[in-house]
Amino acid sequence: MTPLIKISNLKKAYGAFTVLHGIDLDIAEGEVVCVIGPSGSGKSTLIRCINRLEAFSDESSIVVDGVTVGPGKALAKVRAEVGMVFQSFNLFPHLTVLKNVMLAPMRVRGAKPAEAERKARDLLTRVGIAAQAEKYPGKLSGGQQQRVAIARALAMEPKVMLFDEPTSALDPEMVGEVLDVMKTLAGTGVTMVVVTHEMGFARQVADRVIFMDGGRIVEQGTPAEIFDNPREDRTRSFLRSVLEH
Amino acid sequence: MNLVNTFFNIPILIDTFPLLLSGLLVTLEIGVTSIIAGLAGGLFLALVRLYGPGPVPFLSKIYIDIFRSIPLLVLLIIVYYALPFVGIRFSPFVSAVVALTLVSAAYTAEIFRAGIEAIPHGQFEASQALGLSGRHMMVDVILPQAIKIVIPPLTNNCINVLKDTALASVVAMPDLLKQATQAQALAANPTPLIGAALIYVALLWPLVAIVARLEKRFGKDKRP
Ligand SMILES: Nc1ncnc2c1ncn2[C@@H]1O[C@H](COP(=O)(O)OP(=O)(O)OP(=O)(O)O)[C@@H](O)[C@H]1O
Ligand SMILES: [Mg+2]
Repeated sequence: MTPLIKISNLKKAYGAFTVLHGIDLDIAEGEVVCVIGPSGSGKSTLIRCINRLEAFSDESSIVVDGVTVGPGKALAKVRAEVGMVFQSFNLFPHLTVLKNVMLAPMRVRGAKPAEAERKARDLLTRVGIAAQAEKYPGKLSGGQQQRVAIARALAMEPKVMLFDEPTSALDPEMVGEVLDVMKTLAGTGVTMVVVTHEMGFARQVADRVIFMDGGRIVEQGTPAEIFDNPREDRTRSFLRSVLEH
Repeated sequence: MNLVNTFFNIPILIDTFPLLLSGLLVTLEIGVTSIIAGLAGGLFLALVRLYGPGPVPFLSKIYIDIFRSIPLLVLLIIVYYALPFVGIRFSPFVSAVVALTLVSAAYTAEIFRAGIEAIPHGQFEASQALGLSGRHMMVDVILPQAIKIVIPPLTNNCINVLKDTALASVVAMPDLLKQATQAQALAANPTPLIGAALIYVALLWPLVAIVARLEKRFGKDKRP
């Protein structure tokens, strides 16, 4: 079976500083992949290349659902299929929660307002925010905002959901509510790529865990393989350092 | 008593008031036309300066710098008195509007650019990640947020344009100042000039007060 996401020789540099050293990675449809690794190892850069929020070298190639991710027309198609959730939520502060979720389906997919609203309310119910639909994002807690951001991305009915440390900006008591939504989502068959420091989540939800360091994939495997039986020294010392905290 | 008769001669003021009002109307026509055209031109210049292809941003920057440097009076005189030598002949009204618009667009462009650049990068990324086109990102996400930031400086610019309309009197435009100087000559008394000054103040004071209030309000509830 062809992978849903095929990343080949992904290279990315800022000037003389190489962030990604030719990454090869295939992700199957429905797979939940967690990316872990120390700060600065290139995790964010990797997933931001998938929807080309970061441009990458011409020798590299990323194909999502048969469409090559490059500059130009096809990019809009890829982005419509790939949802993204950011560490800092990035909700639109001038729009109500409901309008945040309705905007992209109306503008990108041409959904009718009534249809977009019905779907938005469904999604807000799914993430437990239905009661806040008419509020502005600034009035919500961090955990609620992040759940709205997830609903906003899901409104496009993406094939792939990218998460870049979705709980890192949250107060500890709100981390659980966001992870719960993500766990439920993982059960629905959406392909997920999650950069996270939540090792418990990775162990419980991931089909595959990828450990990155220095712009390379150092080791990958099932959560049991990575967490209980890491082969590489670097993986071991990273896990020791995060589990000690 | 003499002073009052010289500067605040009520009968003369009443006599010349209709003339002053017709001048005010012309002033408003020039001002409002230039403000609207300057807003459109300024938004266009700001967008091409930020996102235009190839040399376009640089050209936009050159335009903006030139028209912020040139004195408006010099520009107006060039448009009205120099351009006819190359066969371009504008009426006084069009000359005034063209000069005011060219300059206002340059200032407005810088205001819009600052407003757009003040929007957090995450707003652009979230829009792109959702698949919004560049146009929808601007119209639905970025500009509605930038507007709040740019309203106080834009209002300030409106005040400047309305004040600068007075320069149109040098190209024989029957604006408020021109009517006042003519009325002064006819009546041999400066009261119409004082009347014109009072009308300018009455027109612009509210705008000045609005800017002060807006600046205070937007300064207060700045988003984190
Ligand atoms: N715009 C940029 N210009 C220069 N260097 C950058 C830029 N963005 C990222 N980098 C560098 O690229 C490297 C990888 O960054 P990246 O954000 O992908 O790491 P990360 O694994 O997500 O780290 P973290 O866990 O801190 O989020 C870092 O060393 C970072 O300093
Ligand atoms: Mg990161």
